[in-house]
Amino acid sequence: MTYPENLKYTKEHEWVSVEGDTGTVGITYHAQKELGDIVYVDLPKLGAAVEAGKSFGSVESVKAVSDIYSPVTGEIVGINSLLAEAPEKLNEDPHGAAWLVKIKLASPAELDALLSAAEYEAYIGG
Amino acid sequence: MIRKVRTHVNQNEPLLFELSSPGKRAWQLPELDVPAVDAAEALGAGAVRDDIEGFPEVSEVEVIRHFTRLSTWNYGIDLGLFPLGSCTMKYNPRINEAVARIEGLAWAHPYQPESLSQGAMEIIAALEKRLGEIFGMDAVTLQPAAGAHGEYTGIMLIRKYLESQGNPRKTIIVPDAAHGTNPATAIMVGYEVLNLKSNDRGMVDPAALAAAVTSDTAAMMLTNPNTVGVFEQEIVKICAILHDKGAQVYMDGANMNALVGIARPGDFGVDVMHSNLHKTFSTPHGGGGPGAGAVGVRAHLEPFLPAPRLKRANGAWTWDYDRPRSIGRVRAFYGNFGVLVRALAYIMAHGGPGLRKATLDALLNANYVRARLEKHYQIAYDAPSMHECVFSDSKQAAHGVRTGDIAKRLIDYGFHPYTVSFPLIVSGALMIEPTETEPKQELDLFCDALISIAEEIEKDPEMVKHAPHLTRTTRVDEVMAARKPIVRWKPGPAGAKAAD
Amino acid sequence: MLAACGLQTMEDLCAHLPKEALLHRPLDIPAGISEYEISEYFKEQAARNAVGYACFLGAGAYAHHRPVLCDVVVSRGEFLTSYTPYQAEIAQGTLTTIFEFQTMLCQLTGMEVANASMYDGSTAVPEAAMMASRITGRHRYLVCANVHPEYRDVLDTAARNAQLHVETFGYDLETGRMDLESLDRKLNDETACVIVQSPNFFGVIEEIQEAARMAHARGALLVYLFTEAVSLGILKPPVEADIVAGELQSFAISPSYGGPYAGVIAAKEKFIRQIPGRLVGETRDANGNRAYCLTLSTREQHIRREKATSNICTNQALIALMATVFMSVYGREGLRELALHNLAKAGYLQNGLNRRFSGKFFNEVVVKVSGRTPEAANAELLERKIVGGLALGRFYPELADSMLLCATEMTKRADMDRLKEVLR
Repeated sequence: MTYPENLKYTKEHEWVSVEGDTGTVGITYHAQKELGDIVYVDLPKLGAAVEAGKSFGSVESVKAVSDIYSPVTGEIVGINSLLAEAPEKLNEDPHGAAWLVKIKLASPAELDALLSAAEYEAYIGG
Repeated sequence: MIRKVRTHVNQNEPLLFELSSPGKRAWQLPELDVPAVDAAEALGAGAVRDDIEGFPEVSEVEVIRHFTRLSTWNYGIDLGLFPLGSCTMKYNPRINEAVARIEGLAWAHPYQPESLSQGAMEIIAALEKRLGEIFGMDAVTLQPAAGAHGEYTGIMLIRKYLESQGNPRKTIIVPDAAHGTNPATAIMVGYEVLNLKSNDRGMVDPAALAAAVTSDTAAMMLTNPNTVGVFEQEIVKICAILHDKGAQVYMDGANMNALVGIARPGDFGVDVMHSNLHKTFSTPHGGGGPGAGAVGVRAHLEPFLPAPRLKRANGAWTWDYDRPRSIGRVRAFYGNFGVLVRALAYIMAHGGPGLRKATLDALLNANYVRARLEKHYQIAYDAPSMHECVFSDSKQAAHGVRTGDIAKRLIDYGFHPYTVSFPLIVSGALMIEPTETEPKQELDLFCDALISIAEEIEKDPEMVKHAPHLTRTTRVDEVMAARKPIVRWKPGPAGAKAAD
Repeated sequence: MLAACGLQTMEDLCAHLPKEALLHRPLDIPAGISEYEISEYFKEQAARNAVGYACFLGAGAYAHHRPVLCDVVVSRGEFLTSYTPYQAEIAQGTLTTIFEFQTMLCQLTGMEVANASMYDGSTAVPEAAMMASRITGRHRYLVCANVHPEYRDVLDTAARNAQLHVETFGYDLETGRMDLESLDRKLNDETACVIVQSPNFFGVIEEIQEAARMAHARGALLVYLFTEAVSLGILKPPVEADIVAGELQSFAISPSYGGPYAGVIAAKEKFIRQIPGRLVGETRDANGNRAYCLTLSTREQHIRREKATSNICTNQALIALMATVFMSVYGREGLRELALHNLAKAGYLQNGLNRRFSGKFFNEVVVKVSGRTPEAANAELLERKIVGGLALGRFYPELADSMLLCATEMTKRADMDRLKEVLR
């Protein structure tokens, strides 16, 4: 698996891609693989405030629950409605169609602290 | 070679709703000896339902066949060894079932006068007294309905006691090997959880504990023997560390079957504990309940026990509701009385010496299984085993076969699996608790089965990974069940067909 | 076996325990006795309880006939001695019966999802309340004063430690029903749920439509509680409620001095992930056959640990099975007939007595005792081998002159006549 260069990563296995002042957030290929078959995704409501490093939702497999930690601080401005109907998309396309939320960034400088694709790959052991 | 079972006996059977057709009935009622009433008149037309849509209509023979056929799809202790670690699946003596059904006990109403409840109250008192002696505790409440309910009661007792000392404190320390109920309980009572890492022998490390305990620590919840089946060697020191800082020691008594008659939690420093009567004291698990959770406490916690408490007055038992310092009620009435009857019958059948002997037999059976399997499976920790032994699947994992697969293959050999993947601190755990009620012959069949599976894994790991092969139901798709939950039957094409 | 373990004596098995932790004396418990002696002991204790009395007690524990099949089924070792059905391949019997139980509870209550059981009705109340908190994010509960007093105590105990607030609203002294004005005054934007029992503790049937409307208008949920499950055979299902919590003791479970019983929580489907306790779901096995398994387990303590919806694990599977057999025996027609018998008996019972409340009732009525206290009347009844009603003064000082009487299909006309002779 190669991790897209245009994304930034966290050690908690989330990714974020930025367009203008909005970040799209998802979980990584590695995260979904560790969890196995994903059966449910719990996401916040539109307008909710999220904080970098704090949990804003969770992803569930049959026998595990994993918190999702926000890579950035800001406000939820979009939610991927696809996941309520088809959580399995998170296994199929975690870096693309199965993004989780869109966040309006409060402090874009936070992005500098995140990992690059190469750093993340090194972190998870290649 | 599979020696214990051949093919599993079973028949197909639809759901009750699919068996149903209009007019079939299994019920009888006597002729009314009073005037019938019109429901709409008595209740108001708007309050009466026309029908219970979808409710089954079946005949008596269909009812008995339905449930009998379904029963054959189950495994139970009556069919053989049930080695679930931490669950203490021992034989359930049938005399206990018989006495619980005696009319004066089974049909005793909880609000009937105390003068006509003395037998029931005597039974509760007798059980409290004997459990107090077994636990080494000053008082026992039998109100909690299950182990987790007992934990909840126990932690509330601690909170109320600490409040009476001026400060309920903030944190409960839970070792990483603990049952999931422990942290869940602490949160329900308003505490934060501090997870404590076990040392390399699977035990609590006194130095790490001493570093973790502060004046904010309310208590530690400890299982002893712990979930790897090992007695906490430093238990006395552990309790002293907590007590020095004004914290309490809670013992999860899920593993009490290893201690009865040998060691008493009250003697080694525990302040409050629960014991699952459906484990140690042989009341049936019934496919997941009913249980009962007895909670024992030292004297300083007694004033806080749930109301009402039994009291002796004028030569008779009475319920004392005047308990101003009590945590309150944790359930209606007095507890799972029918379960208490069974537990007392068990204790009476064994007596003091018999209980101790049962404990030693439980230790012997676990150690025998360990000795026979140690060459084939990796023991998790070298420390001596008590009533259960925990292996890791590391040898088998090298062939791509994990503990869950081995467990499923064990079903083909005619056994219920052991506890899988718990405790979490052991990678790929196989947690085996044979209990004292298993004869050597059954233990040998079980060990032979696991040894045979270890050999199969070396020759044909793929076969083991797809087990079970001999059951009427093969591996179920839990992912499908969780993604699109179907939790009730709805009439569909299949239902319509069955109703024809 | 000892040799295989490398040991000489049984005592060696615990030789590694620290000396200061060991018990150095025998347990102070008499030596074991035989099956016959055990049976004699319990018969002797049973004889000291009320045997051979006509009994008019209800109040959360009801005497209904238990069809023989119920005992036959739960006595089968495959059910009695099995474990929580984690290993679906060899627990399809238990799983299938739980699926049937969940389905029948939905059909009875008008809800869309029901769990596999709770400890009992009283503990189901705080579980339902906390469920309402998870859904609404609010922490204040309103419970009617005519809800079973011991159930309210259990709710108070649970709330006290979880920083939740329980407030009571009144009942109408004339009808015995909840007082909607009192409810309206106390409802606010912090209310998580309103808890109403029907038939209520006084046996009076509540009309919940208005209470539901009021709760929903303030963003709160309505929790419908029942303690007398047979009433569901004739009463409209509480479809206006969001959560139903109940006690199934009436379904073949003997009063057994207060337990074990079986509770249940049912709800609208959209709340499925907030339900506490176990749930069984339908799926397929590897061969494509219909099969069942425990599902949505991530709500539970063994996975979510400190973030679980509840710490409940062992619940009341065997008792729930008994209720399932009971529901199968009575079925669609029979449960209604059974409810009608209860209605008729209670109608006869109250006829000629001084009813305290005017509200419609199912199988329990509150009656005023004149000339003496209810306790004194009960003492008189005991002499005639009758256990009378529950004197209400211990729970409701304002009803110190009244008792709660119950009649079921098992109550004989002749006994009711004898009771009325004393109470009239």
